[in-house]
Amino acid sequence: MPQIAQIAETYSSQIFWLLLTFGLVFFVIGLGMVPKVQGTADARDAKISGDLDAAKAAFARADEAEADYRTRDAASRTAAQATLAKAKSEAAKASEIRLAAADAEVATKIAAAEARIKGASEAAMAEIETVAADAARDMVARISGVEASDDAARNAVKAALAHG
Amino acid sequence: MAESGKIDPMHQFAIEPLFGTDHWSLGGFNIAFTNSALYMVLAAVVLWIFVIGGMKRELVPGRWQMAVEYMTGFIKNLLIANIGDKGRKYIPYVFSLFMFILLANLLGLLPLGLVGLHPFTFTSHFTATGVLAIMSFSIVLIVGFYKHGFHFFSLFVPHGTPIAMVVPLFFIELVSFMVRPFSLGLRLFVAMTAGHVLLKVLAGFVINSANASPALGLTVGTASFILMIGISALEMLVAVIQAYVFALLTSVYLNDAENLH
Repeated sequence: MPQIAQIAETYSSQIFWLLLTFGLVFFVIGLGMVPKVQGTADARDAKISGDLDAAKAAFARADEAEADYRTRDAASRTAAQATLAKAKSEAAKASEIRLAAADAEVATKIAAAEARIKGASEAAMAEIETVAADAARDMVARISGVEASDDAARNAVKAALAHG
Repeated sequence: MAESGKIDPMHQFAIEPLFGTDHWSLGGFNIAFTNSALYMVLAAVVLWIFVIGGMKRELVPGRWQMAVEYMTGFIKNLLIANIGDKGRKYIPYVFSLFMFILLANLLGLLPLGLVGLHPFTFTSHFTATGVLAIMSFSIVLIVGFYKHGFHFFSLFVPHGTPIAMVVPLFFIELVSFMVRPFSLGLRLFVAMTAGHVLLKVLAGFVINSANASPALGLTVGTASFILMIGISALEMLVAVIQAYVFALLTSVYLNDAENLH
């Protein structure tokens, strides 16, 4: 086994070269280069987690904005509905008033018309009485030759009309 | 074993000085640039090239940058899972350790023998794994005593221990603590050595049986070759798992030093 057989003549060379090469590896690569490599990786990890945090914050902000939008939307909806209801009730009131006014006008017109009709029918009735009384006197005069008084004829006509 | 055939399954672990550097020395110690040192340098260079690809520092990473960041992220998660947020400061060390061992294991498995080169796995030498284990253990001791002082010894007495059991448990826990660097270093060395020996022994079966007779070559040789394919895949897995185990145990021990129990 050369590891044991050659130990006396090779141990110093082995130790010397191992310390030299490993020392160079440790000081040049381990201390000089590895921290830079690891620093790059750490910086990248930090950047990724920072970006993720920023994205999360932006996401939360978006949620907030959406909730805000929703509440404002709901508020403006209720406001619009209130305005609509108010406008409806106002319009209803206004039309009620106008309707009432129109009703009143129509009622007065009807009343006037009715009064006119009544007047006209009364006048007509009076006319009929006079005409009937004249006719009755005429008839009495023709049949009996007695001149009936105006009042008598009129009373007779009234009675006849009342019995009608 | 060399006498049983022309193929010595242990020869792959032999350390040979390269480029005539066998007389290099430092303070009286030989520091020849060996094939083992060559693979240490290769592992370091491959790791350097790999990590350079992760230095583009783009916000949206390409494939290569993604791969490097995946590895550093893997070590970061390992440390955070075991130690907590305080584990981040060990990323440079554990990353270097894990990637260096992983590349050493994988480079040693490259089929360079096909082009006449001899791949070498320096993690199959306990002189190398031992240094790495002692390094990890030293960091555990330094961090533990620096952060907790002598209170660090309370690590050896778990909460709720009856008074009568404190002394025996202290010694049991102390022994299990002191065994850690050995188990850490030997585990890697044994796993790598065993796998490479097994592959070489099976390769020896293929060659020796085919040399003996065509019938043996077709039966024993083919069976061994199929087994080698499976074991090669298993060795790739072991290469990754052993590097992971080394890094994982280092982070578990560092957790003891950081947080006690």
